[in-house]
Amino acid sequence: MDFQVVVLAGGNSKNLTPLISKDVPKPLLPVANRPVLYYVLHQLRQSNLKDLIVVVEGEDAALHVGGWISKTFVDGLHVEIAAVPEDIGTAGALRAISHHLTAKDILVVSGDLVSDVPPGAVAATHRRHDAAVTAMLCSVPVSGSLESGSSGGKDKTRKPGRYNIIGLDPCKQFLLHIATGSEIEKDSRLQKHILHAVGQMEIRSDLMDAHMYAFKRSVLQEVLDQKDTFQSLKQDIVPYLVRSQLKSEALLNGISQAEENGNEKLSSPNNQVLVSKILANASTPSFHEPYSMEPDGSAQTRKTHKCCAYIASSSSYCVRLNSIQAFMDINRDVTGEADHLLSDNIIGPSPKLGTKTTVGPHCMLGEGSEMGDKCQVKRSVIGRHCRIGSHVKIVNSVVMNHVTIGDGCIIQGSVVCSNVQLQERVVLKDCLVGAGFVVTMGNEYKGESLARKEK
Amino acid sequence: MDTRRVSSAVPRVRQVGFFTPNTPAHQPAPTRSQSGPPTSDSPPLSDSPASNSLSPVMIPPPRHLSDNLGGRAYALPVPGRGNAGEHATVGSYNPSESVLWLESPPRSRIGDEELSEGTESSLGWYRRSNSAKVASSLPSGGFDLSQVKQPESVAAVEAKNPLPEKSEAQKEQASNPKSLKAKTTKAERRALQESQRAAKAASKAEANKSNAPGGAASSKPMKQPPQKKDGPPVASSVAASERGVDRPVEKERKKDLPPPRMQFDDESRVDKAKRRSLLNQPEARNRVELFRHLPPHKNGSQLPYLESKFFELHEMHPSVYKVGLQYLTGDTSGGNARCIAMLQAFQEAIRDYSTPPEKTLNRDLTSKIGGFVSFLIECRPLSMSMGNAIRFLKSRIARLPLTLSESEAKAALCSDIDRFINEKIVLADKVILRHAATKIRDGDVLLTYGSSCVVEMILLYAHEIGKQFRVVVVDSRPMLEGQKQLRRLVAKGLSCTYTQLNAISYVMHEVTRVFLGASSIFSNGTVYSRVGTASVAMVAHAFHVPVLVCCEAYKFHERVQLDSICFNELGDPDAVSKVPGREDVNYLDNLTDKQKENLQLLNLKYDATPSDYISVIVTDYGMIPPTSVPVIVREYRKEYLLI
Repeated sequence: MDFQVVVLAGGNSKNLTPLISKDVPKPLLPVANRPVLYYVLHQLRQSNLKDLIVVVEGEDAALHVGGWISKTFVDGLHVEIAAVPEDIGTAGALRAISHHLTAKDILVVSGDLVSDVPPGAVAATHRRHDAAVTAMLCSVPVSGSLESGSSGGKDKTRKPGRYNIIGLDPCKQFLLHIATGSEIEKDSRLQKHILHAVGQMEIRSDLMDAHMYAFKRSVLQEVLDQKDTFQSLKQDIVPYLVRSQLKSEALLNGISQAEENGNEKLSSPNNQVLVSKILANASTPSFHEPYSMEPDGSAQTRKTHKCCAYIASSSSYCVRLNSIQAFMDINRDVTGEADHLLSDNIIGPSPKLGTKTTVGPHCMLGEGSEMGDKCQVKRSVIGRHCRIGSHVKIVNSVVMNHVTIGDGCIIQGSVVCSNVQLQERVVLKDCLVGAGFVVTMGNEYKGESLARKEK
Repeated sequence: MDTRRVSSAVPRVRQVGFFTPNTPAHQPAPTRSQSGPPTSDSPPLSDSPASNSLSPVMIPPPRHLSDNLGGRAYALPVPGRGNAGEHATVGSYNPSESVLWLESPPRSRIGDEELSEGTESSLGWYRRSNSAKVASSLPSGGFDLSQVKQPESVAAVEAKNPLPEKSEAQKEQASNPKSLKAKTTKAERRALQESQRAAKAASKAEANKSNAPGGAASSKPMKQPPQKKDGPPVASSVAASERGVDRPVEKERKKDLPPPRMQFDDESRVDKAKRRSLLNQPEARNRVELFRHLPPHKNGSQLPYLESKFFELHEMHPSVYKVGLQYLTGDTSGGNARCIAMLQAFQEAIRDYSTPPEKTLNRDLTSKIGGFVSFLIECRPLSMSMGNAIRFLKSRIARLPLTLSESEAKAALCSDIDRFINEKIVLADKVILRHAATKIRDGDVLLTYGSSCVVEMILLYAHEIGKQFRVVVVDSRPMLEGQKQLRRLVAKGLSCTYTQLNAISYVMHEVTRVFLGASSIFSNGTVYSRVGTASVAMVAHAFHVPVLVCCEAYKFHERVQLDSICFNELGDPDAVSKVPGREDVNYLDNLTDKQKENLQLLNLKYDATPSDYISVIVTDYGMIPPTSVPVIVREYRKEYLLI
């Protein structure tokens, strides 16, 4: 179908600081005992997209990720790992691999997207409108909606600035305005001429840019070349394209125009105009066409390009892992309501449970984990090869691999990273425990972030 | 023979739009001013050559055996059905007309001797309809005309001439023995064979007799056999003689006709198609009974499915896929535009094509194009014009000399496609402009319906060359296509009036010409066009306003169609119940599920305008009366296969 897929699996997001480390780069952060990158790759594989370019920031991380991919997707995928220097942003990463891009359209997916929206849908929308860029929008995830009141304090971590302000045309197909990141708190600037051309704009704040884009390659490369200050896809390139859709630089359309002209070199120019007119008249007009015509209706003088939006249906699941809260949510949802994202069973093959130990619904136990007597596990994910003593209570928490938990611990709403040791009678509430940390006996923590000091 | 037409002595009013097949098709309109067919109301013209050349137009539509329209339990209004008994002498199979397709189940109750007789005549019926079909689909007489001359001429008589039932029967009797004598033995053998075959079918039918529709169907054939015993020599001999004649014709038919269209109310076939299909067929619920045989509208369910499968359709070329999506979502509509878009997509696919090893380009590319076409059909049923274009392309591929290299062959095909687009669409449009503009005088008030690209071009052209006229754009829900056209016309400085279809009779007073577009024109002059066109043409006819249909000749089709039921397209049913821009009239929105079960929405896309209402057809070969369509089809078809 002439699509190339780029998975941007970079980013040492500061939002996730205690959870990710040198050994566990963000793409490999386990969500329900699988690296988050797995979800993206699995979905691409299901859509029969097997040739991928995975872009990772940093050489070390690239080695880790590459090792993991080659181990996990031995047969199914043909993956090219590209390592780019750190902190050059998503746009920089694309710039770095720009010479690899050859197909007509490029699908750019963020590596931290956990979603069941088929990428084909975005691609199809893109193709249908012959757009320059198509962004997938999904409804804002319901954050921190734990049934129990225990996570009431969590809502504070929810930053309103995370979401987008998005302007759509009346038929909800074209993107007219997008504001991201810091722009949201400030006053937003609407493009008057766009509003004038469309006549009506719907401003929505309940949609989120899911960071899955389809770009026309020529346009993308053009923008990357011209605007070398652009750092981020989401905050620079997409808003730029949306902003300039009615007066795009001639270069953007010059290429595609030339391609189209090539198709009909046999017909005389006059007939060709007539053919394109018949086609244009018959197609549903978008606001671009009348605008691109001069008032006298003669020639197309102003160049336009289309920016489309694919709005995922509200029933589909779509969350980005870009904060601790999102991490908790995804863990909860993947084991719970969105369990169709996982293809295999939830309880591993050989957990050893002690007597009178109860594991509630929406739980996940990795293989080789052992639990002592009279434990309680509710709505939690427990990784592989954990040793959990007796009388331990784990609620709404994530426990990663190789964790040792002593007797009588109580863990609520917390994330416990790999190789952590919790000694006896530790009480954790809403805590983050970094990898390899040792919590000494009998300590109680509430709402703290515990991490080993970097040496 | 075709006794359906005989009963038309009863005076009645023509119906427009979705008129049923029982309406007599050709009652020459007295008010007609244009050069119509040489309609002579005087009876016997079976022997005059003129009537023979005209007859293809008059012959009843093809009835496939799979067409179980007649087999429905609902009663089609059959005017003059009471007369049926009167001409029992013509053929005792006569009453079985509406139950024609139900014969086998009741037949099982009949004894063996009766069976042979009864089936014989009814089989003659089948045969008859077949031969008629051939005659209609091959207007030029690709076969020996004399062979089917007899049924053809009779059909012509019946169609043209409502009165003389008696004379016709006599004629029939007179004409039959001749052929009968010649082939008696052969015919007898065939009769025996047929009866055996029928007996087999009957025994098979007995198995599912339980679900055979009862009532009228079962009672009539019970009456039938005795009737036949009394005086069937005529009928059976007719059948027999026909059979002898039919053989070569039938062979030819197999070669020449496309397979019958899929009937979407035939469950087993739908199932089969589903399995074969690339895309999933949506469950059709709550469809109007009469139109259940049409492919259901797909946009709602198909789009997400198609989207999610985007990367899995390997064999589909991206450009074809894009065009398919645009058809599906309605982004591209309009006969010319769809055809051009499809051809351009094929062109691109051909450019990117490379012959796999151990295959020849001719064969492999044909099958590939076939795959593309079936994909497009599943997105939206093809229009006639697209069918013609595909036929052209396939014939070009088949005729490629084997000596050509792959790149040469591809280049040749691409230039062929370009030529088709240029000559058949673009240049044709230009010629039509010239022709039609001569019919526009200063001070005219022109009416157009919906949005037809060629009509729009005509109006703009006439405006350009300085004609002074006014335009009335008539439009209708739910598509409201006229608005787009109106916007463009007004932008060019034409003076326009916009109105809805329901005001047509008020606005028609001031109109001096009606210009209509067409999706296709059939051999009998029927214009197949956007739904509503028939009403416009009828009203114009009633007001003595000339109706000019503008249509490129590549949209002509050799099929004969009398109604808009057996072939049509269903649109999105929900579009009917919603009024764009009026959220306050959403009375149908919040029905409960149970209420919805009782509601069937029908959104037809096309209708058939009988040729009576059409004054002239403006095509790239000039301005012709609707009766001349078969000539164009015949001549043109040769040409575009040779192009």
